Order: sequence, then C-alpha cells, then structure tokens
Amino acid sequence: MEAWLRLVTLQDANTRVVLLGTMVLGVACGVVGVLAGLRRRALAGDAVAHAALPGVCVAYFAFGDGHFGTLLLGALAVGLLAAAGISAARAVPRVKEDAVTAIAIGGFFGAGLVLSRMAQDRPGGHRAGLDGFIFGKAASMVASDAWTILAVAAVVVFVVAVLRKEFTLLCFDQSFAVGLGWPVRWLDQLLMLLVCLCVVAGLPAVGVVLVVALLVIPAAAARFWTHRIRTMLVVAAFLGAISALVGTAVSAILPAPAATGARGWPTGPLVVLVAATLFTVSLLAAPDRGLVARAVRAWGMRRRVALQHLLRDVYERLEAAGDLGAAWTPLSLSRKRVDGVVVARARAAGLVQRDAEGWRLTDRGQAEARRVVRAHRLWELWLIEHADIAPDHVDRDADELEHVLPPSVLAALEARLRQGAATMPASPHPIMPAAPGPGLAP
Amino acid sequence: MNLDAGDLWTMATAACCSVACGTLGCFLVLRRLSLLGDAIAHAILPGLAVAFLLSGTRDLAPMLVGALVAGLITAGLSAGLQRWGGVEPAAAIGVVFTTLFALGVVLISLVARSVDLDPGCVLYGLLEFVPLDTVAVAGMQVPRAFLWLAGTMLVNLLAIGVFFRELRLVSFDPALATAMGISVGLVHHGLLALITATAVVSFEAVGSILVVIMLVAPGATAHLLADRLATMVAIAAAMAALAAVLGCLAAIWLDTSVAGMIAVASMGIFAAATLVAPRHGVVARWCRARKPSLQTAP
Repeated sequence: MEAWLRLVTLQDANTRVVLLGTMVLGVACGVVGVLAGLRRRALAGDAVAHAALPGVCVAYFAFGDGHFGTLLLGALAVGLLAAAGISAARAVPRVKEDAVTAIAIGGFFGAGLVLSRMAQDRPGGHRAGLDGFIFGKAASMVASDAWTILAVAAVVVFVVAVLRKEFTLLCFDQSFAVGLGWPVRWLDQLLMLLVCLCVVAGLPAVGVVLVVALLVIPAAAARFWTHRIRTMLVVAAFLGAISALVGTAVSAILPAPAATGARGWPTGPLVVLVAATLFTVSLLAAPDRGLVARAVRAWGMRRRVALQHLLRDVYERLEAAGDLGAAWTPLSLSRKRVDGVVVARARAAGLVQRDAEGWRLTDRGQAEARRVVRAHRLWELWLIEHADIAPDHVDRDADELEHVLPPSVLAALEARLRQGAATMPASPHPIMPAAPGPGLAP
Repeated sequence: MNLDAGDLWTMATAACCSVACGTLGCFLVLRRLSLLGDAIAHAILPGLAVAFLLSGTRDLAPMLVGALVAGLITAGLSAGLQRWGGVEPAAAIGVVFTTLFALGVVLISLVARSVDLDPGCVLYGLLEFVPLDTVAVAGMQVPRAFLWLAGTMLVNLLAIGVFFRELRLVSFDPALATAMGISVGLVHHGLLALITATAVVSFEAVGSILVVIMLVAPGATAHLLADRLATMVAIAAAMAALAAVLGCLAAIWLDTSVAGMIAVASMGIFAAATLVAPRHGVVARWCRARKPSLQTAP
C-alpha cells in the first residue's frame, strides 16, 4: 500500500526518472516502429541493436570508458554501419533481405563478444558492461539518461511529424516516390537513422532484445486498430507509452521475489510483457481487424448465406408450378446445405410458416426469395454476357457474390442487361433436377 | 601459434556444429525463413527457464525438451499470427520471440539466486570449455559436446540425403510438390523440428546467438556461389567448416571468444562472396554491365 502511494504521488525521484524515461522511449519507439514495420523492415532494428554492442566496445577502445555518451556514440556509428551494410547487400539480387538481417544480427553480435573479451583482458580494463547492454538496467537509470531519451524522442517525433507525407509514400509506393524525383535512398537512410537513435537511447534502459520489442510490438498492435497511418502513429505511441508506464510501475510495486535478494523484478522484460498483453488484446478485440470481430462477421455471413440458399431453393422448386404460396417440405429440397436449423431460423424470422400441408413462404418470404433469386440470375446473366463464362459454370461463380451485392450494383446490372426492375429473368441454365419452367411473373 | 589437443577438439566441435547448422540452413534461406532461425535461437532461453522451474534440475534431458518445445511454440505462434492475424512475417516473428525472451528473463530472475542458470551462458556459449567435459570412447577421452554435435551433423546430412527430392521440390515449387503428392506442410514442419533440435543441441556449445548466423550464413553464401541445389548444400558445408576453422584459429591467435570469432568469420565470408562471387557477385555484375555484349542476362 505504501509502495502504491509513493508511486502514484511520484515521491521517489528515481521512480520519477525511470517512469518518464521509459514512457518517452515507448513513444519514440512506437512511432518509428510503425514506419519500419510498414516498410517491411520490422527486424532491421534487431540488427542495429546487436551491432550496437561492438560499437560500444570500439568506443571503449578508442576513448576509454570515461563518459557514457561516447560509448553510445560508438554504438550509433556501428549501428548505422550495419544498417548501411544491410541496405547495400540487399541490392544484390541473389541475396535475400531476411538472410542478410539474420547474418548481421549474428555477425555483429559475435564481433561484440570478441571485442568485449579483449576489453576485459586489457590491463586496468573491465568488462564494458556488455551484460548491462544485453538485458538493460532500467532501475539504475539516472536523470541524464532520461534527458538523453527525451532529446532523442523529441528529434524522432519532430522528424516524423515534418516528413510524414514523405515517409508514407516511401512505405506504400516507393516506385512512385522515385518517379517524383524524391531522394528515396536518403529517406530510407534517414528512417534507419531514426531506428538507430531509438535503439541506442533505449539500450541502457531495456537492453538489446527488449528495445527491439518496443520497436515491433506496439507498431504491430496499432495496425489492428486503424487503416490510417496518422492514427496508427498515434495509437502505437500511446500503446508504447502505456506499456512502459505499466511495466515500470509493476516492477516498482511488486515485492522482490524471495530468491533474488534485493534485486527486484526486471523492468525491461515486464514492459515487454505488458506490451505483449496489449498486442494480444488488440489481436482479439480490435473493432475491424480483430479476430473476434472477424469471426463474428464470418458467422453472420454464413447465417445469411444459408438463409438465402434456403429461399432460393424453395423459389426455384415452386417456380415451375407457378405458385409461390404452395406447400413444400424441407426433404424435397435439392441441396444438402438446407437443414432443419436453417428452416427453423427462417420461421423465426417470419419468412416461412407451417400448416397442415407442410411449409409455406409467407408474403415477406416470397418477396425476399424473389429478391435473392433476381440477384443471383442477374449476376449469372452478367457473367455470361460480359465476362464470357459458359452458362453451365456461372451458377457457382454467382454463388460467391450474390449474397453481398448491394442494391446499387443490382440497379447497374439491370441497366446493363436492359431488364426492367419488375421482371424476373429466366435462369440461364437448367435447374436440377427438373427442366426450368417459364419465368415467373411476380 | 601452438595448437594443443584441446584446441583441436574445440575446432572439430565447432566445425561439426557449423556444418550441421549450415547444411540445414540452406533450406531456411531458400524458403525465406532465415529470421525464424533467429527467433528460435532466442526462444531457447524461456524454454530452459521453464524446464528448470518444472523439473528442478539442470540435467540435460529436461533442458533439451524445454528448449525444443519453446522453439516449436515460436515457429507455431509466428505462423499463426501470420495466417490468422494478418501480421507481416517479420513483425510476427519479432513479436513472438521478444515476448518469449522477456518471459525467459523474468522467469530466470525468479530463480537466479538459487541456481547457477546464467543467461550469459545461453547467449555466448562455452566453446572454450568443450574439451574439459569428456567421456571415454574406445579408450580415448572425447568431449561430450563433440559427440552430440557430430551425431547431429550425421543425422542432418542423412535427413537431407534421404529427403533431398522432397526438400528440393518444396523449396522451389511447392505447387508442383503438392501435385506430386508431397505434403508441403509435413516437409515444412519436419524441417522446422530438425532445425529446432539442431539449435538446441548447438546452443550449449556455441551460444544461441551464434546459432543464428551458423544457420543462415553458409546457406546464403552458397546461394551466391552455386546454381544447383546439391552443389549449394556441398558448398554450404564447406563454407561452414571454413568459417569454424578460421574463427577458431583467429580466436586462439587473438586470445578472445571463439564463438564470437566464428560469427565474425561467417559474416566475413558472406561479405566476400557478395563482392566476388563469379556470377552473382557485385564485381562480376559490374564487369558484365560495363562490357557491351550480345549475351543475355542469365
């Protein structure tokens, strides 16, 4: 309880710094991650992050470990080198992008291992904090780290805000951007620079693998919520910030597990787990692209299709006799997909009714059946006349679209086929098993 | 530079591991699944942590099972996200393996003080200490890791030899493979299981990050040098062995991390092949482009 209070009131200067730092990092990584992800380069940040390790060591060899900033500059330089190397190798046709990325991840990390071992063995040298860079130590973040992150985030958000239009075109239609004479290669490098900046700023706090998580996960989650890139940027920034906030708060509040002594819960991994939870929620519950929404839509569609198939079956059965009000039994229908459940649902919807002789279409049912059959036949006729499909093939093709034809399309079809709105076109193919009767005037 | 028996065992172990990974990796590269190797290698960490939490021991068997299951879960989850969630391949892989890795770090921090389960060992490997852990075979002290990795290499080469036709069809023309009655899914999942098992056996010796490059670099290099699959696999094996030997020698010379040096050597060989490969390299293409010729591009 006391821990809660201290957290909520931000009494602890250290907590304040860590919360602010990780949150701003989440915003910056979310924004850049959206662009990198849309450019199908979601894991380029992974290569850059692994390349930062030899960068730190090189800076250590060159300048000693006097200042943390020089180490980060070394990381930035080698990270950019890796990004440029990947871009260059990708231009070779036989080289595949994912292979180059994987090779850069392993190769640069290996170089980091080699150099850090050598740094360790130098007289007076100590291990250049490689472990710290791999796993991150958010809890030991100090004010100057937070200021670095804040500055980087400000630059990143500013650049993305100014060049949003350019980056959007780069992501969606690179060839068009080339055609417009834009410096596409430089834009690409600028995007990689932004990725490098985010990675290097985040390394000390959350470590190599987890900064990649901040770049990838909020961006991937944001794609479920919207189709518009501007909204996507905002949503990703928001998700990144929330993950960082909640993850940091949880690691501050949870009592340290008994086995770890005073070390407490690791902040970076908790941030990532919160982000992963938000991703799962987005995957399931997003209104349009979420799995639940899609499943519900598919279910509703299946129900509607089954109902319309029933009506069309009944109509085509009764058409020859010329009496839509005649009685029928579900067993006499031709198709397997008409089952008792569908008939019961049609009854509940007031489309069919039952009396002593069997089942009948109600007036509403007759009107609906007429509409459905019209849509089917108009579409079949259009396929035969304008898409050159053989009459005995159109039935199944029409089946796939007739259920989703909007009235405007039907009107257009009528105009194209010069059918009056009132008439029912004859079926262009025999209806099994009996021969087609004459068109039934409504 | 003097090489003692221990150095030679290290070199042999590294070469076996590299060849085992590199030959299988050809198919990973051809099927554009290179990043999946990366993901599987990272996901080993949580697999080990869960195996330790459940079994309470650091015996090899539960560790191997845990890592194997984690690798397969990674492959399955990222495939599911791509198919049902509509997430792009790289993003799906990124989401899955970073999450599992974070889970692994959290789990290890739960048990860290009570046991010597060092995440560093999982990442960096202990190739230098391979000669210290030996078993007697036919009156000779042979490192245990060497036996494991040599066995893995033989199994992989055997599997590639036996299923070569299926693997070739699935890699280049999945539709034709299906038409000929080969189950693409079965071959795909068999390949993934074999790769995960190889990664799991390898990580103890060379570290999980090095597995990434051992899986991908020889195949990508061989793809630049060869135009036939059989040649490609053979060249990949040769390049893998070359990288292991060069890396070991350089590491002994500079007195530094063997695993890291092999990774650097693999990347160096790949970069060199990108530049000077006889037909597909940058230099060769540049020369062809400069020389006016009636020959059409291949």
